Amino acid sequence: MQKEYTVTVYTEDRIGITNRITIIFTRRGINITSLTTAETEIPGVYKFIITVMSTREKLDKVVGQIERLIEIHRAFVHEEEEVVYQELALYKISTKSLDTGDIERLIRENQARILTITADYFVIEKTGHQQELTDFIKKLEPYGLIEYSKSGRVAIIKWSRRFHDHLKELQSSSEA
Amino acid sequence: MQQKDVLPMKAEKADKRLSAKPVISGSEAVIRSLIAEGVDTIFGYPGGAIMPIYDALYDFQDQVHHILVRHEQGATHAAQGYARSSGKVGVAFATSGPGATNLVTGLADAYMDSTPMVCITGQVAASLLGTDAFQETDVIGITMPITKWNIQVTRQEDIPGAIAKAFYIARSGRPGPVLVDITKNAQVGECEYEYVPCTHIRSYQPVPELRLDAVKEAAALINSAKKPYLLVGHGVLLSGAEKELIALAEKAQIPMASTLLGLSAVPVDHPLYVGMLGMHGNYAPNILTGECDTVIAVGMRFDDRVTGDVSTYVANAKVIHIEIDAAEINKIIKADVALHADAKTALQALLKEVQPAKHEEWLAEFRAADKKEYDKVQHRELYPEAGELKMAEVVRLISEKTKGEAVLVTDVGQHQMVASRYYRFKNPNTNITSGGMGTMGFSLPAAMGAKMGTPEKEVVAVIGDGCFQMTLQELGTIYQSKIGVKIVILNNNFLGMVRQWQQLFFDKRYSSTEMVNPDFVQIAKGFFIPGKKVTAREDISAAIDEMLATDGAYLLEVVVEKEDNVFPMIPAGTPVTTIRLE
Repeated sequence: MQKEYTVTVYTEDRIGITNRITIIFTRRGINITSLTTAETEIPGVYKFIITVMSTREKLDKVVGQIERLIEIHRAFVHEEEEVVYQELALYKISTKSLDTGDIERLIRENQARILTITADYFVIEKTGHQQELTDFIKKLEPYGLIEYSKSGRVAIIKWSRRFHDHLKELQSSSEA
Repeated sequence: MQQKDVLPMKAEKADKRLSAKPVISGSEAVIRSLIAEGVDTIFGYPGGAIMPIYDALYDFQDQVHHILVRHEQGATHAAQGYARSSGKVGVAFATSGPGATNLVTGLADAYMDSTPMVCITGQVAASLLGTDAFQETDVIGITMPITKWNIQVTRQEDIPGAIAKAFYIARSGRPGPVLVDITKNAQVGECEYEYVPCTHIRSYQPVPELRLDAVKEAAALINSAKKPYLLVGHGVLLSGAEKELIALAEKAQIPMASTLLGLSAVPVDHPLYVGMLGMHGNYAPNILTGECDTVIAVGMRFDDRVTGDVSTYVANAKVIHIEIDAAEINKIIKADVALHADAKTALQALLKEVQPAKHEEWLAEFRAADKKEYDKVQHRELYPEAGELKMAEVVRLISEKTKGEAVLVTDVGQHQMVASRYYRFKNPNTNITSGGMGTMGFSLPAAMGAKMGTPEKEVVAVIGDGCFQMTLQELGTIYQSKIGVKIVILNNNFLGMVRQWQQLFFDKRYSSTEMVNPDFVQIAKGFFIPGKKVTAREDISAAIDEMLATDGAYLLEVVVEKEDNVFPMIPAGTPVTTIRLE
């Protein structure tokens, strides 16, 4: 059955690595719904966090084919309950709407915060899961939402300690 | 490493600089690195962006033999043939742009068929990358999904390291093709040269550790099996595990069947060898996949041409899958026990745990089914007394006259299936064909490479008339480089396999499959290659004798039955057990 999965991929720092990973999804006709990548705590090792709609069976095979790539350390498929995750969204609102008293309550109740204010607009930041972030758009609409931008997923894997130890070992062995 | 000492160092440069390491051009570093990797043969084609490398090659002609092909696709297939026959890494050179794109088919073929190959392409100068410069193409992007690894080198000092990695990756683990793209500025720039072979990449584990508990589990399954069955794949040849495989089969009296690419791992006359799997394989090994209770698949990937309908394949059996590439395990057929390991290591471990056994009745089932195929198909194919010449009888004669000891290089289609079915292989690595990709035009250049890789062996290319015309310009290479390959064209004036499908599945609507062919012997003559055309049964034996007695290349055209079909056949996507004998 199709549902949303988080795929994490640990890679070397190498030009084109994103392409190498994504073409494996492309081949099987799987659409990537979000992608976040950044260096991990180990210098030179990058982590990709990819969300997709697919089936477990298909993704297990995709992950096998990703792991086959030379510059990939490991790749995993995670069910929803295996990860703690957040996404971040920014909302740009016209400053005029500040006159309306409700906005303060809205920000407080939704655990959002204001990042900046100019004469024309202000920017609200909110973290949460996708649904909460898109729900917040609806709540802001009466105030004149000018722009919305959301990040991909940032995730911590609940059982990941041992793998990170392994990465650290790799690092110390390559330094040695 | 030490190789730099044995190479001629450009004396004036070495003297000028006090460094212990020679200062040389990137191009010279390319050639020296290749020599350090043991490369003695390169197949290639020069052009603008790779000219500095060809210029460097000029100084090393005594150490590296460059074969000038007639098309870059030919270079890749030749490198494949070289690798498959010799076990060494094949090397191909091409220039940027069209030179590089012409490598694509060969790279894809080598990737599918796990062939170690390093392709080196010239590229426009780094400053021009991305500007649509003359003959610039994004060869890294193009070849990303069809190479095991690729890299673009833009600085001369990175050349030896990139080549070291390329060879390590190409030959280790599950072998495959690698492409190194070198920009022109890196070819002409100078740098200190030192070659350090690559032995480790931290994100890459080519040889997995064998889990002994899995070995015990697998052995327990085999020991309790009534109908165990070994499926022999290319991995057996790649890991050099033929002896271990046969020892295991003999110890527990397990029948062995081969995939197309596994052919020649087991001598065809071995009493436990039961034939070829797959769409046009033998009857017994296919039909009995429905009967076996334990399958031991060694270094094979359950290709759809082997499995037919996957949901019914080996449905009654426990599956033990020995495979070095983790991505192949559970990809098509779920393994009850997976031995993620090199085939040789796994078979050695398994051999210790498996008990001697006899499976007389089970083996008798194979003999009975085999007799059925022989009576219905093989006898009339191999020993026809009237009618037009049959492909099978030609292959039988070649097999007899070469004593099964030639390297058989086949192309794709009916002739390939017939040759694979009837050539009686004796020695490992003597079957070279395009399996996964099914690349028409593969065999003529692959045969050249095979002959260069194993010059002491007779190399016979069996080619269809359609396939031959895809790469026949390589006759020029064969002539120029004096490559003694024997070329047999089985000419039915049809794209035979497509025509067979049209006959069976498209109501005989022969859409664009009939060929009006040239005079192949005249073409060979144009390239100064002797040849003969045979149309009559009484002439074929002497013609093959003449071909084999000829010193050097020879082309034999055999006109065979026009609308012959290859049987047995498993219609695509149907259960293997529905295999048809007619």
